[in-house]
Amino acid sequence: MSRLNINTPNAAQQVVEGLYRDVERRIVASPPGLCPVDMSASFLKMCHAQTCGKCAPCRVGLGQLGQLLEDVLDGAATLDTIDLIERTARAIKNSADCAIGYEAADMVLRGVIGFRDDYVEHIVNRRCLLQLNQPVPCVALCPAGVDIPGYVALVGEGRYADAVRLIRKDNPFPIACAMVCEHPCEARCRRNMIDDSINIRALKLYAVEHCGHVPPPPCAPATGKKVAVVGGGPGGLSAAYFLSLMGHKVTVFEKRKRMGGMLAYGIPSYRLPAGRLEEDIQHILSTGVEVCHQEVGVDIPLKELRQQFDAMYIAIGAQSDKKMGIQGEDKRGVMSAVEMLRNIGDGLRPDFSGKRVVVIGGGNVAMDCTRSAKRLGAESVTCVYRRRQADMTALPEEAQGAIAEGCELATLQAPVRIEADENDNVVALWVQPQIVGPIDSSGRPRPLKADAPEKRIPCDIVVVAIGQGVETQPFEEYGVPIHRGAIEALSSSDIENFNGIFAGGDCVTGPATVIRAIAAGKVAAANIDEYLGFNHAITCDVEIPAPALYDRSATGRVNLTERPAQERNRDFEVLECGMTEQEALQEAHRCLRCDHFGYGAFKGGRVKQW
Amino acid sequence: MVNLTIDKIPVSVPEGTTILDAARAAGVQVPSLCYLRDINDIGACRVCVVELTGMDKLVTACNNAVEEGMEVLTNSPKVRETRRINVELLLSQHNAQCASCVRSGNCSLQTIANDLNILDVPFEKKIPAFRWDKSFPLIRDASKCVKCMRCIQICDKVQGLNIWDVAATGSRTTVDVSLNRKIKEADCSLCGQCITHCPVGALRERDDTQKVFDALADPNKITVVQVAPAVRAAWAEQLGLEPGQATVGRMVAALRRIGFDYVFDTDFAADLTIMEEGSEFLEHLKHPEAHKAPMFTSCCPGWVRFLKSQYPDMVNQLSSAKSPQQMFGAVTKTYFAQQIGVPAEKIFCLSVMPCLAKKQECALPSMADAGAGQDVDLSLTTREMTRMLRAEHIRPELLPEEEFDQPLGEATGAGVIFGATGGVMEAALRSAYFLATGQNPAPDAFRDVRGMDGWKEASFEIQGTVLRIAVAHGLGNARRLIEALRRGQVQYDFVEVMACPGGCAGGGGQPIHDGQELAESRGAKLYALDQSAPLRFSHENPSVQKLYQDYLGQPLSEKAHHLLHTDHEAWQMPLAPENC
Repeated sequence: MSRLNINTPNAAQQVVEGLYRDVERRIVASPPGLCPVDMSASFLKMCHAQTCGKCAPCRVGLGQLGQLLEDVLDGAATLDTIDLIERTARAIKNSADCAIGYEAADMVLRGVIGFRDDYVEHIVNRRCLLQLNQPVPCVALCPAGVDIPGYVALVGEGRYADAVRLIRKDNPFPIACAMVCEHPCEARCRRNMIDDSINIRALKLYAVEHCGHVPPPPCAPATGKKVAVVGGGPGGLSAAYFLSLMGHKVTVFEKRKRMGGMLAYGIPSYRLPAGRLEEDIQHILSTGVEVCHQEVGVDIPLKELRQQFDAMYIAIGAQSDKKMGIQGEDKRGVMSAVEMLRNIGDGLRPDFSGKRVVVIGGGNVAMDCTRSAKRLGAESVTCVYRRRQADMTALPEEAQGAIAEGCELATLQAPVRIEADENDNVVALWVQPQIVGPIDSSGRPRPLKADAPEKRIPCDIVVVAIGQGVETQPFEEYGVPIHRGAIEALSSSDIENFNGIFAGGDCVTGPATVIRAIAAGKVAAANIDEYLGFNHAITCDVEIPAPALYDRSATGRVNLTERPAQERNRDFEVLECGMTEQEALQEAHRCLRCDHFGYGAFKGGRVKQW
Repeated sequence: MVNLTIDKIPVSVPEGTTILDAARAAGVQVPSLCYLRDINDIGACRVCVVELTGMDKLVTACNNAVEEGMEVLTNSPKVRETRRINVELLLSQHNAQCASCVRSGNCSLQTIANDLNILDVPFEKKIPAFRWDKSFPLIRDASKCVKCMRCIQICDKVQGLNIWDVAATGSRTTVDVSLNRKIKEADCSLCGQCITHCPVGALRERDDTQKVFDALADPNKITVVQVAPAVRAAWAEQLGLEPGQATVGRMVAALRRIGFDYVFDTDFAADLTIMEEGSEFLEHLKHPEAHKAPMFTSCCPGWVRFLKSQYPDMVNQLSSAKSPQQMFGAVTKTYFAQQIGVPAEKIFCLSVMPCLAKKQECALPSMADAGAGQDVDLSLTTREMTRMLRAEHIRPELLPEEEFDQPLGEATGAGVIFGATGGVMEAALRSAYFLATGQNPAPDAFRDVRGMDGWKEASFEIQGTVLRIAVAHGLGNARRLIEALRRGQVQYDFVEVMACPGGCAGGGGQPIHDGQELAESRGAKLYALDQSAPLRFSHENPSVQKLYQDYLGQPLSEKAHHLLHTDHEAWQMPLAPENC
């Protein structure tokens, strides 16, 4: 016997390690709509297999809890069973010696509280409250419900124009979304069960880059109805597009020079060039949408607008900047993210040559400002954030991109005040170092003041990117209900007690994503059409290819590459490089076609019209 | 054309053909269970799996299209093993009490298991519990459900009612009433199409045959049975009769052998319905200000249930005429009881219908106008009648043909076509023409309303008035028609609706032939009976004429109103979820 040995995992352990990774990916691919009690019971079974067996509550208790959950699922429980589950879980949580036991019990406890009504439904009616309504995960998670398996299959057959036609049935911004969508569709892609999600956005990008000119479908016969859309952003223009296809006369009121809202004024052109955005917008306007560059509530009173039109859609977005409320925020050299990006959008690029720039915030907008500042010639750019990099709401690749381009991330630094010289010019940002603290209700650790002195970050420019608000004032004066700084609208986009006035997008939800604004525009279009007394269907006659029959063997995901960091950080040209044809075809063929295989063949596979 | 081989047999089929159909073209039978053409091609049971050379995973033949150069193996060792295990898995959760199952001998799972020579199932049996309100005319036995989802699909895609849905998730996934409702709270039309499209015994009608045997055994009861038009086109389908043997006369003889005192014909009541409904329609035409057009037929209780639940604001557009079943019951327990000189309470009035909704209709509190309990005491489906004949070991092929009893057994060709889509409309127009003009039209003058188109339109001129009429069958078609009416896209004077595709000939109470739709061929039998009938106009039915002379007076008289018409608002129907 040697005194010590080097541990090497045996064959069984290696296989189990592989299975762990499989289970992790499988959990990622869990679609919405599964029975929460059933999932709890299954999690619990796995937790119980992890127990070492030393302590009674964990060794015995988790098994007993599991049986009680099975009883609930089998309709063999009474309402008292819930009480017993709760008491047992609490005892395990309170007495298990290690996390294997007490965390497992806590999962059950949280469930009993979080979906108690489902427990009750199982016991009383032997039914579950949850249902798999749209079983194709990507379609279920796309707010606009775009037929993703359909267009991925079309890309796989080289039918790019048809792919774009199909996308436009639900989303008139295929180009913009191909370049900037946050692709929630990829989050629970079933392909994760095999290897990795399909690169859906990149396939859309390939389609829009190779489709040529794709004219819009013909509009329905004119209805004689007039609709006003307030705000020419993605939500307003989406509603305008669909309403126009339905035969209504739409006028979009946009107070700024350019159409596109935050797509034009919020997203830098290295992510979405103005020319490409303009292609989407021209396509929408070519259906007969009229544009009026006036500010509603200023140039035209709301009341007048309401009288002139049969219906109105408010899609003004969230355009105003938020202040931090710290000392020195009014000094020369301090600007808001909205202001900076808006100027860039209007072609008024500030000259940051030789300037030291600090950007405050951790979201995508903060990253846009950080990376834009670098491109504007800044000597140094530092993004100051009070939490950790992992807690940023910005997409991870945005933060990584910024770092690669030579920007600094100063994390766990809370801004305290802005220091200016005698001429009121900014000279530094003072920050208080933070320590990562307990997890808050959003699931992120809260930053707490660290036992460290304030730090001074010398700078010439401070860009504040801590969020945006809604300019609700004219609407509030008109009587439109406002809740927490946003317009209050129903999920149908209706505004209660305001017949014929609808609202949606960022101005209702607060700052969100492009695709959510587009989805809101689609919802509004459908309900405005109904309100006007019609039932026009938006359809697309593109035939979807039958799924080819071949084994879907594990294959890596094609990720997009970017231009070299030190080259791209000096210009505003597009930084992302699209797929090659070979890559696009391979990626498209990785799709599992959940619209055909599995539950998709039965329920919800394809929504052909809405 | 796509070229491929099935079990090495070369075959060339059009693009888009399924592997299943391509196999059939090559003379190769691939077994399937859940598949139902045009309705259910979801590949759920995995029984029709086949192997493709060069591919590891098996694919379902029912819902995958052929590809050029494909080599399909339908009976390779891998297929054989997989298919067998999949059937064994289904059997492990199926309450295979075949000897006491209503679908024994007519069960697709039984056939497949027998075909595969499965003598033993290696898995532990785990049978879901059978919990159901057995007083409802429609019964779902969860212990037999194979989750093929056909019931959901037929209700969604053809009938548009979405009564069934997938319930629960994961291993406990099953089928149940949608939106977590109980069946009695649901807006089920009771069309029974889910039953006739179920491959196993998971869905069936409430079996009421024992109540009939009890009545037959009661010496104080006079048993009267009426047989609906469509029953005669289907009653012997599962009794093994040679073509040509399954005549109406043998059906009458067989029923008499069971022991009924009087064997009557619902066709008589159909003729009576025409007198009332036709007269009512003419009234509507005369007073358009008092009646909203169109008038809807009311003889299909599935349709009445549908309208009451989906479009309650349109119920007042239904004809107030009762269905033939109920007219028959009311006449039997008044006029006929008087004729034979017995108190109505002594009569047990049974109907045999191709229908489940009739079971519910005859039990409505408002259907007791003769004052002697329910006018119709009980309604059986065609299938239950077949089961009674089998239980009595009656072999109809050995019986001589016999005539219906009189006077309620006399009927015209117009009465018999009630059992096919368009038949009520055609019969009504034949007599409406006569009532309006005093002359008979050519009997086939209104044949444009026949056929299997889901929504038929026609217009006819009677005395200078152009009548716009429409006929719909299948509730999905009915909904399309009504939505178009409500949007003002179409206008009609008179509309016939039958809940079941093809009308009663395709009724939910008819014999079941998995994968076959027989409504059209059964309907053709009814039209043939009409063609050869000596009388083809309801108003020429001498027994109906005599009934008016001796008892009712004339159509729409006060007595006729009391006995032959009903208030469709007199009972509650659960509303559609969107109306709640």
